[in-house]
Amino acid sequence: MSKWLKAIVMESMQHVNNGLELITSVDGSTEQYLSFTLADENYGVDILRVQEIKGWERVTPIPNSPHYVCGVLNLRGTIIPVVDLRRRFDMPIREYTSRTVVVMLKVEGLTKRTVGIVVDGVSATHNVDPESIQPAPGLGVSVSIEFIKGLVLLGNEMLMILNIDRLLSVEALG
Amino acid sequence: MDIDISQFYDVFFEESFEGLDAMESELLGLDIGSADSETVNSLFRAAHSIKGGAGTFGFTFIAEFTHVMETILNEMRNGQRDVTAESTNLLLQAVDVLRGMLRGVQKKEATDDKHIAAMHRRLEIMLAGENVEAQANDDSDLGSEEQIKLASSMGWLIYFRPNAHFFQTGNDPVRMIRELASLGELSSELIDDKLPPFSDFEPEDSYLAWQFTLTGDIAKDDVVDIFEWVDDYCDLTIDPIMTAESAEIEESVLDYAQDDKEQISTPIENKQKSEITASPTVKPIEEEAPIDNENLKVTIAPSASSIRVGIDKIDSLINLVSELVITQSMLSRIGDNFTPSMLPNLIDGLAQLERNSREMQEGVTRIRMLPISFVFNRFSRLVHDISEKMGKKVKLELIGEQTELDKSVIEKIGDPIVHLVRNSLDHGLEVPEQRLAAGKTKTGLLQLKAFHQGGNIIIEVHDDGAGLNEDDILAKAIEKGLIDATDILSTDQIHNLIFLPGFSTADVVSDVSGRGVGMDVVNKNIASLGGSVEVESKQGEGTVFSIRLPLTLAIMDGQTIRVADENYILPLISIIETIEIKNTDIKQITGKGELYTLRNEYIPIIRLYEVFNLKPHTTELEQGLVVIVEGEGKKAGLFIDDLLGQQQVVIKSLEDNYRKVIGLSGATILGDGTVALIIDVSGLMALYQEPSLAVLTRNEQVA
Amino acid sequence: MAIILAVDDSASIRQMVVFTLQAAGHTVVDVDDGKQALEAAQKQSFELVLTDVNMPVMDGLELTKKLRELPKYRFTPILVLTTESGIERKREGRAAGATGWLVKPFNPDQLLATIKKVLD
Repeated sequence: MSKWLKAIVMESMQHVNNGLELITSVDGSTEQYLSFTLADENYGVDILRVQEIKGWERVTPIPNSPHYVCGVLNLRGTIIPVVDLRRRFDMPIREYTSRTVVVMLKVEGLTKRTVGIVVDGVSATHNVDPESIQPAPGLGVSVSIEFIKGLVLLGNEMLMILNIDRLLSVEALG
Repeated sequence: MDIDISQFYDVFFEESFEGLDAMESELLGLDIGSADSETVNSLFRAAHSIKGGAGTFGFTFIAEFTHVMETILNEMRNGQRDVTAESTNLLLQAVDVLRGMLRGVQKKEATDDKHIAAMHRRLEIMLAGENVEAQANDDSDLGSEEQIKLASSMGWLIYFRPNAHFFQTGNDPVRMIRELASLGELSSELIDDKLPPFSDFEPEDSYLAWQFTLTGDIAKDDVVDIFEWVDDYCDLTIDPIMTAESAEIEESVLDYAQDDKEQISTPIENKQKSEITASPTVKPIEEEAPIDNENLKVTIAPSASSIRVGIDKIDSLINLVSELVITQSMLSRIGDNFTPSMLPNLIDGLAQLERNSREMQEGVTRIRMLPISFVFNRFSRLVHDISEKMGKKVKLELIGEQTELDKSVIEKIGDPIVHLVRNSLDHGLEVPEQRLAAGKTKTGLLQLKAFHQGGNIIIEVHDDGAGLNEDDILAKAIEKGLIDATDILSTDQIHNLIFLPGFSTADVVSDVSGRGVGMDVVNKNIASLGGSVEVESKQGEGTVFSIRLPLTLAIMDGQTIRVADENYILPLISIIETIEIKNTDIKQITGKGELYTLRNEYIPIIRLYEVFNLKPHTTELEQGLVVIVEGEGKKAGLFIDDLLGQQQVVIKSLEDNYRKVIGLSGATILGDGTVALIIDVSGLMALYQEPSLAVLTRNEQVA
Repeated sequence: MAIILAVDDSASIRQMVVFTLQAAGHTVVDVDDGKQALEAAQKQSFELVLTDVNMPVMDGLELTKKLRELPKYRFTPILVLTTESGIERKREGRAAGATGWLVKPFNPDQLLATIKKVLD
């Protein structure tokens, strides 16, 4: 194996190790959330619901679909719909670049589905004590409260934890 | 030479079962009034083949049974026997019995020998009863047999003159002479009166003749045998040197002759010197197997469950493997001299690897797929037999037989469908009188349909019979305590009651479909396959049972089309033709849109870019193409920008992760990894009629 | 020993014939209909042709007639394999130019014995 490839592999392994440490160091009472940014605000999803993270790639639009459904793409042989969260939340839209990120989420409802969401960028994973999650207030939030599971304070940033099952339900996508 | 021919049994059984299936469908398709001679010929050949194989492999009683069938078919193809409904039905039953016999031997299982013998007798009766000419043939054979009773203990005088062109039969007089010499003491006298002068001598012609004296205790048969191939090409006389009375042989010949009347070419074990059989050439087969499976000592290795795969599937798999090899070598090269600048190449290579593995996975799964015709085919027979038994006239239509599904599903889906079909025949379709009284045609229609929908296969059993009787169902359900008398149920709910365990509306246990216990068993069987069954019915009009099954793989022949900047796939079977149209062929009708005149029809033009909300390259009909498609009996002309290639596509479900979209039946992944949507023609047409359909679904979402 | 062409549309019979003949040291080419047989016969030279009668595409009698038209097969032994014991069928075979016949069912020994007869 060439020296360069080796270096890359070793770095990746380091990341994996870090990740594993994070997970193994968590005790039963903490949950983990992946945070991402959307129009300068922070949102979080349960890490267990994150299937993978991909860079943006071309999607095939579906005729007569809601404006926030960009289309569908091929994820290793499965057809996955992609939702633009900015459009979903009626935020001003942004151009997709090579740095745009699509987070593949496992959504639960009558059936289990995989749906991708387009976000501005992924931040990090955070350990959160479930006790510290507070219900969302009725007003002053940019996103409709039925999609928010709760709020949590991380340092001096507020993380809005999304209810993806409601946000990306079958009805929501149609 | 000790060759174990049991190793060829498997092929023989496979061949024979296939042949029987072919015979069955041919018999069912025979037009009694004017039987197609090619079909009758084919029937004969099939029986002939099975008989030949059975005899060769020692399954004598199967050979004998098939022989009678073959003889009847032979007479039919020679015009000596009419093709009647009676004979066709008898042959159909014989096919069943034969199938059972073969299975019995193959699996070493017991068979219903009484039934087999009875069937055999019935065939013989038919054979003997209707044809005097056949009798005549038998007699002529007997005639030659009677000659056999002459046996000489002294020898024979044989005059043998081969014809001039004797050699051109590939026979050689020398061989015959040698054989004669092996029978006894041979002396000969050459007759060369026909031998020409050397200059006129043709080396390819035969001029010589001989007078042989063959002494010894030799049966005439043995002598006749030697010349049997050539007695048309030579002058031959065989006279006994001394005539001896062999009364014993005479009597037994007559006895055998009587018994043989209806058993042609049955080898009989004969302890006597003269081998008396119907055909002089058949030597008795050592193992005389009686019609008794227990005595049959044949060792047959249990054949593993096998599947026949079309060469095309194997070829495509081989292609995929070679692509994989190319991808692997490409990745290997990248890995050998990797620099970070090659990262994009690596990513491309990995994407290709993903495609190769996915396609190979699909290719392998395809090998297990068989068309549903394998299941549908047995219904011709079933419907024919049952409708006849019930005195109902039924026409069976099979639609979508080429739809493929996994072998394991095929094996399990048969029984549930059989039950639904029996149900339709028994309870659904009415007798001709009732139908006429109801203003329907005398012949009822039973349709079996199979088609893809998204990632599922839908199998429908349609009948235009009496439909479900809601009152009866309600009454029975209340009686069985399944619902309360006060419950109010919608029509659909009432219909679904039939799927509950313990439900039955049959007052009499008909041996055809039994008590309605079947319906909940059908439901369970299909649920075990991951599917579901639904019923839709209109009293007086008919019933449709729909079975929905998930597909491991749905493959379809597709035509890629281009609309604006997007590619779509049209199912090839829905395409009638593609045309470049002129504006003069279009009529604008208010309320109906644009209509195109195609021969004698008016076909609505659907501008796909409108339906799909895309920005078209051109709105001029003359600049693009119009594809005439058909869905559920209706036609439409789809206006597109361009026609691209045709290929087989794997239908991927849109519903699994997104939802059902009217107008689309699914999606597929193209060679470059991008997604192309597959158009559902009937859905598209519905959408065109009711554009609000699309909007409605969109606005259904929770705000 | 000899180069033989075997023609029969039944795979099981064909297999058995090929196996039997090869075990006895003959070289065998097998095909499943008369048309293929004719093509094979033209491509190479056979010392003996063994053919079933009832076959699709081109039957054994037709094949025999056609083979006899070829100079190199005018004197070649052609045996037809037939299950019919009626005299008519045998006459047809002979009329087509067949050397002789073998009645089915036959066992491997009968096959070899008959072949030996014509090849010597």
